Amino acid sequence: MAVSQPKLEGAANLAAHFTVPTGAKWANDTRANALSVFNAQGAPHKRDEYWRYTDPSALTAVPTAPAALFSNDEAPMFDGIDRVRVVFVDGIFDADQSDDLTLSGANIETLADVTGADIHWAKDLYGQLEANGQNPVQRPLAALNTAVADQGLVIHVTAKCEKPLAIRYVHSNENSDAVVHHVIKIDEGAEFTLLESGAGAARFNSVLEVDVADTAQFHHVRTQGRDHERKTVTHMFGRLGRESVLRSFTMTVNGVLTRNDAVLEFTGDDAQATVAGACAGDGTGFHHDDTVFVTHDSVNCESRQVFKKVLRNGATGVFQGKILVKEDAQKTDGYQISQGLLLDDNSNFLAKPELEIYADDVACSHGSTVGAIDDDALFYLISRGVPRKQAQDMLVLAFLAEAIEEIDNEELAEDILNRLAAWMERR
Amino acid sequence: MLNIKNLQVGLEEEEKQILKGVDLNIGEGEVHAIMGPNGSGKSTTSYVLAGKDGYEVTGGSATLNGEELLDMEPEERAAAGLFLAFQYPVEIPGVGNMTFLRTAVNAQRKARGEEELSAGEFLKEVRAKAKSLKIDADMLKRPVNVGFSGGEKKRNEILQMAMLEPKMCVLDETDSGLDVDAMKLVAEGVNALRDGKRSFLVITHYQRLLDHIKPDVVHIMADGKIVKTGGPELALEVENNGYADILAEVA
Ligand SMILES: Nc1ncnc2c1ncn2[C@@H]1O[C@H](COP(=O)(O)OP(=O)(O)O)[C@@H](O)[C@H]1O
Ligand SMILES: [Mg+2]
Repeated sequence: MAVSQPKLEGAANLAAHFTVPTGAKWANDTRANALSVFNAQGAPHKRDEYWRYTDPSALTAVPTAPAALFSNDEAPMFDGIDRVRVVFVDGIFDADQSDDLTLSGANIETLADVTGADIHWAKDLYGQLEANGQNPVQRPLAALNTAVADQGLVIHVTAKCEKPLAIRYVHSNENSDAVVHHVIKIDEGAEFTLLESGAGAARFNSVLEVDVADTAQFHHVRTQGRDHERKTVTHMFGRLGRESVLRSFTMTVNGVLTRNDAVLEFTGDDAQATVAGACAGDGTGFHHDDTVFVTHDSVNCESRQVFKKVLRNGATGVFQGKILVKEDAQKTDGYQISQGLLLDDNSNFLAKPELEIYADDVACSHGSTVGAIDDDALFYLISRGVPRKQAQDMLVLAFLAEAIEEIDNEELAEDILNRLAAWMERR
Repeated sequence: MLNIKNLQVGLEEEEKQILKGVDLNIGEGEVHAIMGPNGSGKSTTSYVLAGKDGYEVTGGSATLNGEELLDMEPEERAAAGLFLAFQYPVEIPGVGNMTFLRTAVNAQRKARGEEELSAGEFLKEVRAKAKSLKIDADMLKRPVNVGFSGGEKKRNEILQMAMLEPKMCVLDETDSGLDVDAMKLVAEGVNALRDGKRSFLVITHYQRLLDHIKPDVVHIMADGKIVKTGGPELALEVENNGYADILAEVA
């Protein structure tokens, strides 16, 4: 099908708005290819099948609309956790605010630092999982990211890391338009935990490519920043080797537009992946979209998608989740649940769960529900003396907790839960 | 303690009168029982006292120590000292039993201007009380009533009552679905709370609970009204002859 003129023009405008870095010989071809993919695909448009529930125009507008800065007195996320801290301000690595990039078990570089190199191991990963993930569904904003990003981290994990790496994305300029691209290669048997927090910019486009080798583990916990007017599009591309583990959790509150894509592929047997999200949206300006595509192409792997969204005052939540089980991916266990909790009649939860299965010996299940607070449960709590608002918050937290429980680390899960509880208490 | 005068209640959603002028006076330290056929309005009475949505009070009043309950929010009624042990305790996934109980205890204390219990004090108290009701540590940790057996749910109601130390306890068919041992345990839990000041309204179908929780006064409710009031012997009469004779007599 011919690509429509507005899409092509949208792509040309965006491409012209950014610059393709040219310093790094190892990345030049990848970037050039990604740019031509992007130009050929065109910018995403709300008439695209994959953007049916989410209008991407705020993500493609040139220049981006500004976003007011959000400030409050609460401690930065993950502050209480022993970690290596890295700060990006409006999408640009800030060495002064960051710790030394030393973590035993991992070699951490910035994309900007390796940009001058002629050869680098990252050549085999940067833009590669992203390129694989362009099929069967086009992801133009990820291609754009690969083409123009010159900020991000390049991480090679060779052993089990004792502490997590925590990236904090600071939004300090109302007009910032950031593109960040991380690649993480986790060797056989190695383990790595990535924490991310913050809005990052007025408009933030991030790509994370993670290659999880045989028996390796990747843990990922992210909170997306509370700046009300921020626009965010993220893509996580993951490849899972034999007996590997990938667990990713995202918490989102506020933000006019958030689109989180997760694209995972099982290439080795007996691996496990979880993608989970908890989201609380308030107001007609809030639109949050989780789009997940999991491909099973090996035997006896387990995937879980667990998404919970609490919505009120006209907020919109979207979930598009797909499990593709290829012909030889026998004994696949695919699970998918998405639930919307609507606190009023003005809010919306839209879900499109999909299973596409070509193997015959699989156990896949999916469910999607949308509902309101259970009046009987609410009355039960109130009748014991818990004030109505507090009782409602307890039920909302209980609802979200089922997604938070997917985090494999109790300390982090509790941190997230406490943070959510505190936010609810404030409003 | 609790004074209900000519209480008339309908449904909010449809044209239906359920309570047609209920009068009930329970003094300090007294135990009253309400018996009556299914659908006579016993649970409705307890829900309206506790402040559940969906009912419309069309007349009458209900005061607790002189304060009008019907004007209060449900949580205010609880803080004022009213407790309802539900006929069907609700399962609440995701809310831990202990968290819930501690939140409730401290919310009531706060509402009354008292100091909140520390985590340590609370834990000590809840453990002791749970033990006497044979509620194990695992049940305390689980989400509220989730996966509890019928008997466990009812014991959990009594535990909440013991922790919240209300002035006026309303028990709606706390004996239903319990075997004899479980019922004894529940009755012991209730009796342990009898201190001469605390009052009880026990709604039940069966005399057997009243063997264990001895009532001072027994009322028979039928078709939205108290139709007969007497001593403990009234419960025995119901047990032996059913409601037919009593209803015929008052008709
Ligand atoms: N929320 C409700 N909606 C419809 N009917 C109700 C509702 N609550 C009570 N009723 C009706 O009111 C009558 C009394 O019910 P209830 O108080 O539960 O009786 P009891 O507890 O004595 O068995 C019954 O006919 C019942 O069907
Ligand atoms: Mg009843």
